[in-house]
Amino acid sequence: MQDDEAALAADTPIAPLDLLVILRHPPHGSSWLREGVDVALVAAAFGQSVGLLFQGDGVFALVEGQRAGPLGQKGTHAQLAMLEMYDIERLWVSASALRARGLTPADLMLPVQLLEADALERLVHAQPHTLLF
Amino acid sequence: MTTMARTITVEGREIALDPEGYLVSLADWTPAVAEALASEEGRALSAAHWEVLTVLRDFYQRYEAAPAMRPLVKAVRQALGEEKGSSIYLMRLFPESPAKVGARLAGLPKPTNCL
Repeated sequence: MQDDEAALAADTPIAPLDLLVILRHPPHGSSWLREGVDVALVAAAFGQSVGLLFQGDGVFALVEGQRAGPLGQKGTHAQLAMLEMYDIERLWVSASALRARGLTPADLMLPVQLLEADALERLVHAQPHTLLF
Repeated sequence: MTTMARTITVEGREIALDPEGYLVSLADWTPAVAEALASEEGRALSAAHWEVLTVLRDFYQRYEAAPAMRPLVKAVRQALGEEKGSSIYLMRLFPESPAKVGARLAGLPKPTNCL
């Protein structure tokens, strides 16, 4: 996927969802990321429309290969792969967070939509319910 | 850690169960364990049950989690077709709660996103 195709045009309207979950922690070192995705899965299991926004170090969760490590902790790869089974298909990523970490959409395990700062702000403002993890 | 509440004996092996009847160790599962758990509840497993249990085990293999009802319906629809991929069909096979009963019989943990 080309960067310019994935980016949300400045005038694209962003419809409100039942819930937006913002993920800002890396996939390892704490359970923040897993907990955030769990909340999204629970809401989706109850038929709510849910979107995920990956910001900051949260973008690392989408990098290929986040599987169980030597500690036997579950990785986030399987959990994120499961999102489609819960019909969670709206995945947004902060374009600047990705750039700052030297990543491109080609490094990510799922198709996502990149948001520049202005679109990101519009997305968050359009949501009545947002949870920050 | 899961705590053991009781055991059942299947083919001479003691199988540990947690307080809700799920396997303490997922590695203990065999088809005979599923049959034993089912008969304890007064269920007989037909071919139709088994194909759903297979879908559940494949789901766990792939996603490392037991599915709630909605994703279970979706997984069954993908694997077994439109007709079986409905909550009515699954409710008929596993009355009460297909996601919970199915996970238990398939040797998976209790689905966490299923309240």
